[in-house]
Amino acid sequence: MQALLEVSLAIERNEFVSIVGPSGCGKSTLLRLIAGLIGPSSGKVTIDGSAIDGPRRDVGVVFQAPTLLPWANVLDNVLFPLKILHRLAPDSPAKGRELLRLVGLSDFERKMPSELSGGMQQRTSICRALITDPDILLMDEPFGALDALTREEMSLELLRIWQEQPKTIFFVTHSVPEAVLLADRVCVMTARPGRIIEIIDVPLPRPRSYEQESLQEFQNCAKRIRQHIFGDAAASARTGAA
Amino acid sequence: MLPLLAVLILGVAWEGAVLVFEIPVYMFPALSVIWSEFLTNVGLVAGHTVATLGTVMGGFALSIAISVPLAVLIASSPLMANAIYPLLVLTQSVPKVALAPILVVVLGAGEVPRLVVTFLVAFFPLVTSLATGLLTTPADLIELGRSYKATWWQELVRIRFPSSVPFMFNGLKLAITFAVVGATVGEFVAADKGLGYQIMAATAFFNTPAAFGALVILSLLGIVLFQAVVIIEKVFFSWSTPMEADLQ
Repeated sequence: MQALLEVSLAIERNEFVSIVGPSGCGKSTLLRLIAGLIGPSSGKVTIDGSAIDGPRRDVGVVFQAPTLLPWANVLDNVLFPLKILHRLAPDSPAKGRELLRLVGLSDFERKMPSELSGGMQQRTSICRALITDPDILLMDEPFGALDALTREEMSLELLRIWQEQPKTIFFVTHSVPEAVLLADRVCVMTARPGRIIEIIDVPLPRPRSYEQESLQEFQNCAKRIRQHIFGDAAASARTGAA
Repeated sequence: MLPLLAVLILGVAWEGAVLVFEIPVYMFPALSVIWSEFLTNVGLVAGHTVATLGTVMGGFALSIAISVPLAVLIASSPLMANAIYPLLVLTQSVPKVALAPILVVVLGAGEVPRLVVTFLVAFFPLVTSLATGLLTTPADLIELGRSYKATWWQELVRIRFPSSVPFMFNGLKLAITFAVVGATVGEFVAADKGLGYQIMAATAFFNTPAAFGALVILSLLGIVLFQAVVIIEKVFFSWSTPMEADLQ
C-alpha cells in the first residue's frame, strides 16, 4: 500500500517544522523515513546531502508513547541510548542529570517509570532523545497522550529547550494550534494518498506564548490549515465556534 | 486463621477416625504414628531429603540451562518455532513414568537418568513462557532499540530478556514444582536414596507411616522451593511484581 505520494520537503538547519494532518495522512510514515526506521519505496531522503540508509547517530526520536524501559529508573532510561551506542562515559550521568534538571525532573532520577505521571514520562523520553546531542530531533505526536493543560506546558518547555540547544526539529502533531505555536513552518498534509498540500510560514515573533493565539497572524495560519484539512465551509464554522 | 483452623479440624478428624474405626496402621496410620515414626528416623529422612533436593535442583538447573537457548531459538524466527515446537510437544506427550525405566537402561542406574527425567518433566513450561515473553516484548521498545541501531545481541540482552522477566518467573515457578514431581518419578524407578525411594521401600514392607512421612516432606519441599522462587523474584526483580505504589 502506498502511504505517501510525491512528498517534497526541504528543512533548514535548526529550523522547527510542524507536520499537521488527519489520521492516515502518512505523517508518521514520513517521520519513520527520516528516522531511517523504514526505507522509501521510491525517491530519497537525505540529511546533509547523504541518503539515509538506517538510523543515524545525529538523529533523536521521541515517540508518541514515552516507551520507557519499565525495569529501569529515570536516569538509566535517559542513559539507555548511550549504553546501546557504547558511548557511556564517566560524565554521562552528570549530563543526564543536567537534562533532567532542564525539564524539571531533578528529584526523580531514582524513580521508576510507573511512579511518574504521563507528562513526566514524556519529559524523560525527551531527555533520552537529547542525551546523544542530536542535530535533528524527530517528534511523533509526543504530547498526543497528555491532557490539554500538560500539553500546553510541555510545548512551551520544548520551545525553551530548543532555545537553549538549537537543533532541527521535525514535529508531527494533529493539533492545529500546537503546530502553529511551535513552528517556523507548518507542513499541511492530507490523506489517501498522503501528500503535502501546502507549507505555511508562521510569521509570529519569538519567544512564543499561548497569548499569541489571539493575534491575527496566528488566526490566519490556523484558518488556512483548517481549510486544507476540512474544506472551506467547515473551517470557517470551526473558527467561528472557537 | 481460617485455613489453619481447617487443617486442625482435618487433623483431629483423621486422628479420631483412625482410632474410632480401628484402622490397621499398615493401611492408614494416625497422624501421631506418622509423627513418631518421623522422629525416630529423623536422620535417615534428612538424608533422603537431601538426596531428593539434589536431584530437584540439578534437574531444575538443567532445565534453565537448556530452556533459555531453546526459547531464544524459538523466538528468533517463525521457521525455528515451527521446527522446534513439534519436537517439544513430542517430549511432553511421552509419559515420563513410562520413559523412566527405559532411560535407566539407556543411561545406567546412576544420577543421570533421574536428572533427565526431572528435566523432561520440568523444562517445558519454562521454554514456552520464556519464548512467549521474548516474542511479546512491546514493539515500541524494539523500535526504540532499532532507532539506536541496537545489535541482535543488545536487543536480546537489554530489551527482550528484561521485558520477559515476569514470563520467565511464571515458567520458573511451574518448573520448580514439576521438578519435585520429576525427581520423585526418577527415584521410583531407580534409586537407593531419596524420598521417592523411601516411599517405594517403605510400602514394600507395609511401613505405611514412613511412606506418609516422606509424602508430607515432598509436599513441603514443593511449597518451600516455590516460595523461594517467589522471594527471589520479589527481591531481585521487583519491577515485574506490582509495586506498593500501584496498590495504594
